[in-house]
Amino acid sequence: MTRRTPLNEAHRKLGARMVDFVGWDMPVQYSSVIAEHEAVRTAVGLFDVSHMGEVEFLGPGALETVNRLISNDLSRIQDGQAVYAGLLNDLGGFVDDVVAYRFSPERILICVNSSNREKDFTWMKARAEGVSPVDRGDEFAQIAVQGPKAVGLVQRLTKADLSKIGTYRFAEGEVAGVKSIISRTGYTGEDGFELYCPADDAVKLWDALLEAGQPDGVKPCGLGARDSLRTEMKYALYGNDIDDAHTALEAGLGWIVKLDKPGGFIGKDALVAQKAAGVQRKLVGFEVTGAGIPRHGYPILKDGARVGEVTSGTQGPTVKKPIGMGYVPAALATEGSTFDVEIRGRAVPAVVVKTPFLKKS
Amino acid sequence: MSDSIPQDLKYTKEHEWARVGTKTVVVGVTAHAQEALGDVVYVELPKLGTQLVEGKQFGVIESTKAVSDLYAPISGTVVAVNDALTGNPSIINTDPYGQGWIVELEPLDGEQVGKLLDAAAYGALLK
Repeated sequence: MTRRTPLNEAHRKLGARMVDFVGWDMPVQYSSVIAEHEAVRTAVGLFDVSHMGEVEFLGPGALETVNRLISNDLSRIQDGQAVYAGLLNDLGGFVDDVVAYRFSPERILICVNSSNREKDFTWMKARAEGVSPVDRGDEFAQIAVQGPKAVGLVQRLTKADLSKIGTYRFAEGEVAGVKSIISRTGYTGEDGFELYCPADDAVKLWDALLEAGQPDGVKPCGLGARDSLRTEMKYALYGNDIDDAHTALEAGLGWIVKLDKPGGFIGKDALVAQKAAGVQRKLVGFEVTGAGIPRHGYPILKDGARVGEVTSGTQGPTVKKPIGMGYVPAALATEGSTFDVEIRGRAVPAVVVKTPFLKKS
Repeated sequence: MSDSIPQDLKYTKEHEWARVGTKTVVVGVTAHAQEALGDVVYVELPKLGTQLVEGKQFGVIESTKAVSDLYAPISGTVVAVNDALTGNPSIINTDPYGQGWIVELEPLDGEQVGKLLDAAAYGALLK
């Protein structure tokens, strides 16, 4: 059965083109992917990300319990801070990538991918030693407000002092009269917030943001722009760029893996061994220098032989180049390395570049 | 946009249009097609002199998300390609029936044009 977010009707009223996205009826675009992408880069865009899941750990020992489950370290951050982390399997591959919010050592909220909601919850429940997780996915709606004008827009609707909420920090407050978790996080490479609110208040918050954002040129944005924006930043998408068969080190996400944290975590031993042995394949960002656009699943060739596969690819609307990511042997993973991407039977040259693709001035 | 289907063109079920001239036929994609595709970001064009076969794929049109094949409405020789699409493929979105044309063909067989849909038949297909 297709699932709908509390904003489904609102999207339809705005004329969104709806698609099935991992079982959810979601807007892919309202006007044009490129126009929405540009609105986020230059002004502000709104995304309905209510399909994401939320899992809460509440009670004494919550921090220690979660810290065993995730690769990053909640003991190194303060209350009111969040971390990007992996839920890793025993082989160091991804069960999911998540954001963990530390309200206090006794209250941790984890935001998980919509495609992995049930899987993650079952996985966490089976492995949590101490505090049991509670699935709160249906209680929350989530709206991402992203772009250089996002802070100004949200500030006009809240009494919370947003200047006190730094990157990857959050606070609880009211936005447009709606009780929200105001989190300075996002998936676009732009400044902004992800607002978690009660599902029943989502329409009120969405409408208020659209209304108040008119002078800023706010645009509702769909999954199409979300994908092109995150690709320009080389942010991983679960199921494309990361999955259970590729380790965090191969994905270039060693920075979210704290091998030395107290108590360890699931997957640590495999990663320690892999680090010692050397990482044999790596996720790289590349530009296609010939004619064509790389797409998920296209083969990566070196001297005619298949050596890897494109995991994400697009024509970057801001960088204005065909860009992609893919796993290649470590020898081909250094900046300036060249290989071909097979685009509908043609070998088209590509070069490994420094990422993110989007260079902020 | 998509409800204004030019009366003077012929159409295929695959949403290409054909403008039949005295000696040549110009081919593009319909407003409906470009709207369904979204922002066009790349067009793979055939080379001059290529022989196209009716109903067969002759090129590719890519939007931000989708890759779609282009099908030849009739058989013929490519006598011109719209090179402007290489630098600015979005013309297909802004002017699908004009500046956004794709190729010009010299028909192999004049008869084939008669098999294409007229505006009314194509319009009915979209309903």
